Amino acid sequence: MTRRGYDGVALAVPVTVPYVRYSIRGAHWFIGQAVRRLCEASGLTKAQLDGLTVSSFTLAPDTAVGVTQHLGLSPRWLDHIPTGGASGVMAVRRAARAVQAGDADVVACVAADTNHVDSFRQMLGSFSQFARDATHPYGSGGPNAVFAFITDHTMRTRGATREDFGRLCIDQRRNALASGGTLFKRELTLDEYLAARPIATPLHLFDCVMPCAGAEAFLVMRVQRARDLGLPHVLLRGAIERHNAYADDPVLVRGGWRVDRDDLFAMADCAPGDIDFVQSYDDYPVIVMMQFEGLGFCDEGDGPAFVRQHRFTWDGSFPNNTSGGQLSAGQAGVAGGFLGMTEAIRQLTGQAHGHAVAGARLGLVSGYGMVTYDRCLCTGALILGAVS
Amino acid sequence: MTPPSTRPRRKNPVLRTRQINLPPGARSRVALGLTAAAAMGRFELQQCADCGAVLYPPREACAQCASVRLRWREQSGAGWLIAGTTLHHSNDLFFRERLPWRLGLVKLDAGPTLMVHLHRDVEVPRDGAQAPVRVTARLDRAGQAVLIATTSEDGRAMADDPILREMSNDPRQRKVLVTDGMTALGQALVRAFAQAGAELIWVGHAEPWKQHGSGLASLAALPAVTLVPLDLTDGRSVQALAGEIGGKVDIVVNSAEVHRTFGIAARRGTDVAKLEMEVNYFGALRLAQAFGPALAGRSADGSANACAWVNLLSIYALANFPPHGTYSASKAAAHSLAQCQRAELRAAGIRVINLFPGPIDDDWNQNLPPPKLAPAALAGAVIKALRDGVEDVYPGDVAQEWFERWRDDPKVLERELALGGA
Repeated sequence: MTRRGYDGVALAVPVTVPYVRYSIRGAHWFIGQAVRRLCEASGLTKAQLDGLTVSSFTLAPDTAVGVTQHLGLSPRWLDHIPTGGASGVMAVRRAARAVQAGDADVVACVAADTNHVDSFRQMLGSFSQFARDATHPYGSGGPNAVFAFITDHTMRTRGATREDFGRLCIDQRRNALASGGTLFKRELTLDEYLAARPIATPLHLFDCVMPCAGAEAFLVMRVQRARDLGLPHVLLRGAIERHNAYADDPVLVRGGWRVDRDDLFAMADCAPGDIDFVQSYDDYPVIVMMQFEGLGFCDEGDGPAFVRQHRFTWDGSFPNNTSGGQLSAGQAGVAGGFLGMTEAIRQLTGQAHGHAVAGARLGLVSGYGMVTYDRCLCTGALILGAVS
Repeated sequence: MTPPSTRPRRKNPVLRTRQINLPPGARSRVALGLTAAAAMGRFELQQCADCGAVLYPPREACAQCASVRLRWREQSGAGWLIAGTTLHHSNDLFFRERLPWRLGLVKLDAGPTLMVHLHRDVEVPRDGAQAPVRVTARLDRAGQAVLIATTSEDGRAMADDPILREMSNDPRQRKVLVTDGMTALGQALVRAFAQAGAELIWVGHAEPWKQHGSGLASLAALPAVTLVPLDLTDGRSVQALAGEIGGKVDIVVNSAEVHRTFGIAARRGTDVAKLEMEVNYFGALRLAQAFGPALAGRSADGSANACAWVNLLSIYALANFPPHGTYSASKAAAHSLAQCQRAELRAAGIRVINLFPGPIDDDWNQNLPPPKLAPAALAGAVIKALRDGVEDVYPGDVAQEWFERWRDDPKVLERELALGGA
């Protein structure tokens, strides 16, 4: 059976609750801020948000259910999406089907997390059963150790160098400074990158995201509804997700994108070369490189060469993470999995002030989430198109 | 190769003593199977009884065929290091105090990929090659199993790796108290500790006036040995010794026991049973109360920290051997007490090692037929248990067989013993 396309589905109203390093507020506060901004920016009332997806690590013991009562929402369609860095793509996929089917009219997709001084440490030991049993007792370095293995393996088998990863980080910092509103205020030089203190070799300080608090959100609705409301919007051209792909690979060398990417580009009726910008998931730069390979922008194993050929700034030859990504904007928990989505909507609706990718018509957003043991299990990607 | 560690320098008494912080000890119930095996020095992983897949991390259902018939099976541990890292940052106090800390990713020949602690002798090849390693399961300072990869060859200085030393209780350069030097076992223990490089060995003797001809004199001639009066039936004697050396002892070996060979009907009254309890149970309790807190306070004190407590129990602690019925009962009581002690000292990172020997070749087992355990063999098993970091030891053929029978069906073993022996 041929998969039904996402025709007639629009994304609109990207909102960001500004990031702060630490907050004494709870996750509900950031979700509340996001919902309020969604209403203000769209002109819709809370009652008109009849669909809701919530993603958050720090909402416990609540889920999306508790959020409805907390905020006085009464949606007729509700989803809690626990796929971390892949939750943006997955929220869109679920919400898109809901509005296509008429189960919901307007779905608010919200990702938010708070960050207390000690909350990251406390989360590490309880992230998953496998993490508690088989990674946390080994140095308690959190995901750093796991991605140090993946980076080490990539460097030794594929010839990637620290300079390659540095190029990605430096260009993302430039993007962050051009877009404003980042926690980082200065350019990053290659010398600074290389001289940074080691965290878990070969990872050094600037290979790691900075945990912070914040929220990202947007609305999913039918195109007709967006037009009626007069909202600038983008079109969902295609979307894929995959979980626990290539489970027999002893160490992560390719992500699940590869399994379904032909489907993605076929749905969107385009090729990798047609994409104007990419919002990749950048928990660590090695994963960015792996997405370039996995999504077909270069062949498997050619990631290092690809990185050496391109500039990744908003005005570069291959714009990537044009708002700075998590590496330079901070990782507001699960909101990191929405960061690329709100940025892509802004780029394609003329709201990327000061860092707009010239003439951008097609953007690819990729997600990667949930390191339960030795790799993240959830991968997803989607292609958004500007309204012609 | 790992260079041997040198004798630690004397501590500056003005400086703060490092306090113990344990590595993360929380585990799911199913993961405790790894710990149960490691407690006896075995590396076991779950294997699917239906499709044969070897699985890790521990789980409830097979990732290949979804069977729930998963059995813990011993593994060779042979595998290849496919990635390595050195942590310079940790979110946990235990590791923060011990940085840098090496970790590896190992592809086991049996199938799964393991995250492991990485011994310093294992080098990560700079090109894409993989290094052969051997993975074993060890109890960490929290008393939970963790995996460590070492090189395939085994050198004596290997144990001096700082990561491995955190998971073992090597007597080398440590100070040991052996509570009873009067018995053949006690004397074998002292000689074994001396040979293993213990820095000081205090040897207790309950009745100093009986030294003559007891073998104590030749023990006292060993350079590391000091004889000390210690009577476990006397609280003041135990307290006095604890006051004198309690703050220095790194390993306590309670080898004192009273062993008489009676059941219930063969001897009237309770005097013998009381004496057994007075030493085997209350003596152990007095010793634990007097020395336990001092050990706990020094459990992270440098590289020759206080680390272990060894209890001489008996395989009869698991199931009563009627010909030695009251002795069995006293050892069952001591076993239960040792479980309490283990739980309490675990919070301080002190390993409690319980010995479950079969009959020792000594005066009180002279009517039992062989095989019997030679005191020197049991002493050797104690040293090995300390070095390997295990916590339950069933030394010798009789103990191994009883343990197998007990694991198989404790009720059947009870009947077998009631019929006159295993």
